[in-house]
This record gives sequence, structure tokens and C-alpha cells, in this order.
Amino acid sequence: MYRSNVLVCGGTGCTSSNSLKIVDRLKEQIKENGLENEVNVITTGCFGLCALGPIMVVYPEGSFYSMVKEEDIPEIVEEHLLKGRIVTRLLYQETVENDKIKSLNKTAFYAKQKRVALRNCGVIDPEKIDDYIAQDGYAALGKVLTEMTPEQVIQTILDSGLRGRGGAGFPTGLKWKFAAANDADQKYVCCNADEGDPGAFMDRSVLEGDPHSVIEAMAIAGYAIGATKGRVYVRAEYPIAVKRLQIAIDQAREYGLLGKDIFGSGFDFDLELRLGAGAFVCGEETALMTSIEGKRGEPRPRPPFPAVKGLYQKPTILNNVETYANIAQIILNGPEWFASMGTEKSKGTKVFALGGKINHTGLVEIPMGTTLREIVFEIGGGIPNGRKFKAAQTGGPSGGCIPEEHLDIPIDYDNLLAIGSMMGSGGLIVMDDTTCMVDIAKFFLEFTVDESCGKCTPCRIGTKRLLEMLEKITTGMGSLEMIDEMEELCYFIKANSLCGLGQTAPNPVLSTLRYFRDEYIAHVVDKKCPAGVCKDLLEYNIVKDSCYGCGMCAKKCPVAAISVTDYTAPGKKKPAYEIDHGKCIKCGACMETCKFKAITKS
Amino acid sequence: MQKKISSIPFAGTPEQEAKLMEVIAKSKDDPGAVMPVLQEAQEIYGYLPIEVQKMVAEGLDVPLEEVYGVSTFYSQFALSPKGKYNISVCLGTACYVKGSGDILNELSEQLGIGAEECTPDGKFSLTACRCIGACGLAPVMTVNDDVYGRLVVEDVEGILKKYKDE
Repeated sequence: MYRSNVLVCGGTGCTSSNSLKIVDRLKEQIKENGLENEVNVITTGCFGLCALGPIMVVYPEGSFYSMVKEEDIPEIVEEHLLKGRIVTRLLYQETVENDKIKSLNKTAFYAKQKRVALRNCGVIDPEKIDDYIAQDGYAALGKVLTEMTPEQVIQTILDSGLRGRGGAGFPTGLKWKFAAANDADQKYVCCNADEGDPGAFMDRSVLEGDPHSVIEAMAIAGYAIGATKGRVYVRAEYPIAVKRLQIAIDQAREYGLLGKDIFGSGFDFDLELRLGAGAFVCGEETALMTSIEGKRGEPRPRPPFPAVKGLYQKPTILNNVETYANIAQIILNGPEWFASMGTEKSKGTKVFALGGKINHTGLVEIPMGTTLREIVFEIGGGIPNGRKFKAAQTGGPSGGCIPEEHLDIPIDYDNLLAIGSMMGSGGLIVMDDTTCMVDIAKFFLEFTVDESCGKCTPCRIGTKRLLEMLEKITTGMGSLEMIDEMEELCYFIKANSLCGLGQTAPNPVLSTLRYFRDEYIAHVVDKKCPAGVCKDLLEYNIVKDSCYGCGMCAKKCPVAAISVTDYTAPGKKKPAYEIDHGKCIKCGACMETCKFKAITKS
Repeated sequence: MQKKISSIPFAGTPEQEAKLMEVIAKSKDDPGAVMPVLQEAQEIYGYLPIEVQKMVAEGLDVPLEEVYGVSTFYSQFALSPKGKYNISVCLGTACYVKGSGDILNELSEQLGIGAEECTPDGKFSLTACRCIGACGLAPVMTVNDDVYGRLVVEDVEGILKKYKDE
């Protein structure tokens, strides 16, 4: 029994800022102070508040140290762990109020969260199966195998109202029911852990912080549909997740929770890992299965649906990591418990990865129906540097931008679709007034053009043409007709593409056109970029009355576009300079050089 | 995405080949072996020259065009060797809105190479990568396994210097 437990985040965010070195240093210092039998150090999964990493929490006090540095460790060990005096100076300042320490759950970031899928992340050591079992781990699998029929399991999931957390929001129970209804000598349970949406990292956090919850849920799914084999398709870009998942699978096998005759019930189930190799289209279910078969990950037409012919032409179900992370809790707490959270058609909670121009970058799990305003301004702590909120982007390259006017809509699958975005996997990127919406649409189109597998024409050529038009608009060669043409092409691509990638690829363009058409018009008519992002549309000018005539800008200019004038501003000694717009290449070197801030760009 | 195919002559060693053969022998009966074997082959050789792809095709008894098809489809597979220090700049959405595009431009200017290219001395290569999931540290770049976060353009020179002097 230890007197104190020190939890250090070992997720990708914090290890990228050296949390593992902190663990080493911590252990070394604890030993030096002779505390190794009193204080335990645990490397956990992600706490969610990645912006403040590396994160370290000391229990039983619950002291939350943020942005911990290696050199702070001796002080924390000596003061806090040895003498019992919390180093208030190094705590996350929101947990300190009038010199008293406030519970983490009362801080703005955590207060409105409800952790179901992330319940064990940052709580247990993901590399120890006993930690998971101590948190009721594998109890749901035991209950299912010894007390429930497969039909009852499927009915429970159906009653809970759980919908797929990977994108489209298809009811999970229904998927299982279809696959269960098909007879075959072999069926498969697959897990989509190929988190491709750039800016979303909740699946990675679950795999890194609580891998057993996915394994347990896949075994439950196997029992429900009658499958004995499972495959987890995970991104190779997530080395920590891959490693912990493999450790978890090995431990589960050792404990007899995977393999033959689980819990003496006669049910066999085993899992294998497959690594992705960086193809966004492999998030699409048929493409993912083709990729598991070792081929080019191209989608194929549906029907037949995977529930009929999936992996190796056998009935298959595919669910996303976050979906699986909810399953055991639904079995243990009952479908009514799950259905009591959320909105009428979207039950439970959803994890969002907050990123972009927001103070509390990180992972948040909130009940469905929470408004975007609560997420951005309360949990997320608002926009840094006092800038103005412009839009939030959800659904990644398949989604859209949500403007300020819709900040108060309760977030669920259907509401997001109605305002032209989508839930997607839960990436939520906040943009402020320095973000150009045309440039963002172009950014996503570059992504989809790159990631289009090339199998069907509307997507392969359509997205390329769309990108070309956006490039013209952002370089000042667009026209009003082009905007209309672009819109028409968008609807064509949506209607005619083979898979989800193409069908949703125009969404970033359509949603920015819907809410920020004035920005497009500014680009094509006035040839201006209101946010000052599109380089070709910028114009640099010297404010002559602020110019001291030092000539530094003229010296820095690589194309000699700056020359002296014969105008001397009142109160200045030397004549002012000016920029020849015909020669200017808009590199911005002059503006960086000017000490007097006399150069503007617009 | 168009892949750059290296014209540098293949210089595999017998040890590397023996390792590859071991991997192939282990996976031969697995129906979906092409991808995992190519992943391990890339670990061994650092990239996938056509000579290695031929060995994989023969070893697994699948047509070379299938192996070539797979190695050109996935962005993880490199057909050109990487530099001693491979610099990846994250162009995921969270990093992009925080200015990772400028970081990439600065690197490209200082190294004199574009994305997916390698410096003539083989020291640095530059890649634009997808989200590595360290969005809390945006914008982020990695040099081999070292992660640099919360970057501003001015940081680039100092970071490069560390590796140039090594």
C-alpha cells in the first residue's frame, strides 16, 4: 500500500513534451529521498488538457501540476511528497483559489464534462490489465457470456440508442443485428482505429489510455454476432497506441480473456492488429477491409454491405474505437442509463478534440446536446489573445464550418447535418478572425485531392477541378461565375461519388459558401483577402506620416521595390519611403524589419 | 499523391536481405501479408526501392504490380531514401490554422529543398505529414523521433543548427 500515488500523463501530447523524462527523474528523486516504498509513480493515458502538458497529478490530494519541467521535480518531491507541502506555485492555476486548492472537477475545463468513453484515461496504468479489472474491467464480458443471449446483447445496444462515433452515426445495434442475421462459417469483428481526420485524436487517447475497453467490447460484439475473429486496424503513425494495444492483447490472452473457451462459456474469440499505412480513404469501411486484406485500400460499391460480405467476403461488423469504448458501460449500467444522457436522437456522450485558436486545447467528453458556445467559451476557455471567434470546424475534411450565429445549437448528429456540417469523428477546430475561410476550404480540398484513391471519376477529377478553382480565387483570378460553377460542381461530386470520401469532400466548400460567401466575393470582386492570409491578394503600404526614413525596409527588400520619396512627414527628419506595387513580391520582409510599425498589409 | 521515385542505385546488404527473407518466410501463409511485409521491409531498408519490391513479390508469390500498387498507394511507403534527419512538419488542421504552413516554407527555404525531397548531402529530408495527434502543441514538427512544439518561424534556424553541427 502506497501513501501517495503520482500519475504522470504518458499520452502522445505529453510525451512529446518529455513527460517520460519526468517519470525517470521522479523515480530517481523518490529513491534518493528514500520514498520508494511510500510513493508510487504511474504512467497513465491522456488527461485531456493537452494544452497544459506535461501533466502530473498527486493523489490522495488530487494536486494537479501542469506544464511540469524536469528541473521542478526535486522541489515537488522534497516539498510535496516528503514534507507534505503542496507546491502551489507549480499547480494549474485554475485549481488554486484564494490560496485554497479547488477540486479539478470544479474547474471550467472539467466541470461540464461527463466521462464515459474516456472514464479510465488518465486514471489507470494502461499497460496493466489488473488496473483495468479493478475498474470493473471485463465484468461486462463476463456478464454477457454467462447471463445473456446474443439477442439480448444486441437488444441492449439497440435500446441504448448508441450511434457510430466514427462519422455517419449509424445505429450500432442495428449494424450488429444485420451481421448476426447472416449465417456463415466465419464472421469478423473489426475496429476502425485509423483516425484519419487531421486534428482529431480521441481514438488515439482511448487506445493509449484504456486499450482493454476496446478489446472487451470487441469480444462482446463477437459473441453478439457469432464471430470468433477480430481485427484492429490502427494507424502506424500512433506508435504508443500500437504498443499498448499489443501489450493489452497479450495480457488478455494470458488471463484467458481472449482465446478459447472464455469464462468457461465455450465462446472463442481472438484479436489481431493490422497497421494502416497512411491513407485517409481507409477510414471508409469497405476500403478499410480491403486494406486489411493487404491490398490497395480502395472502396467498393455497397451493397453488398459488410454485414453480408465484408472482410474476406464474410459477414463483418466494423465500429470505431470510441463506439467500442462505450459498450462495456452500457452492458454494466443498462441501456436506460445510457439513453438518459443526450438528446432525443443522439444518446450518450461524445468526445471532441478541441484544437486551433482556443485556450484549452485538448480532449473533452460532453453529453450530446451541449452547445458549441459552452464547449468553446466555457470548457475551452475562449479564444487566445482576445481575438474574435469566427467559426468552428467539425467533421474534418468531410465536415463544415459553423459560424457564430449557430453557437447556441445543441450539438448532436442531426443538428450538425442540418446546419451543413457533420459530427465526423469529433475534431473541433476553432478559427478566429485571422483565418481566411476560402483558404481553409482550399486546405481541405488539397487534402482530399491528395487522399482521393482515384477509383471513381467524380471524386478523382471533380475534387481536382474544385481545388483549381479555389486556387484561382485565392490568387485573384476568380470571378463571380466561378463561384456559381463551383457550387454546381460540388453538388455533382456529392451525388455521384462512390464512397463517403467523395460524397463529403465538397462539404468544406459548400459550408463556407453558405456562411462566408462575402469572403469569397471579396476575393473575386475586390481582389482582397479580408483576413490577410491569401498572399497574392495582399498589398503592403508604407504609412508615410509614420515613416522615419531610416531606409531599413529598402535595404531588406529582395526585389528593390522600395524607394525614397520627396515627402518628409511633419516632425521627421528624413523623407519617407514608398513601395512599388508592380515590383513587390509580397514577401513581408519590410514589415518585419520596420521598427516603427509604419508598414501595413491589407 | 505523386510519389518521387529515387534514381540512387540500390545498395542493400546481404544481412538486410537475410532479415527480409525471414520476415517473408514468417508471413507467407497470411492472406493479407503484402502490407505488413512491406512495412517491415521499409524498417529494414529505410525505403522501398524496386529491388526490394521484387523480392517481396517473389517471396510472397504475388505479382509485382500488386506490390507496386500497394507501395504507391499508401503515403507511409517511401520510394526514395530519407535523409539522416527526416524533418516532418504537421499539416493537420490544428497545426495549419496555427501557422505550420509558414514553418514548412521556412524549412524549405533554409534547406533549399521542397517537401518530399532530400538535401544532396543526404543529411536532411523534408516531409509534410498528416496529424501526429500532438494538437495541444500545435504547430508541431518532428526531427526523426524528437518532437518540437509550439513553434514560431524564428525557432527554425536554431533547431536546424543543432543537427547541422552534429
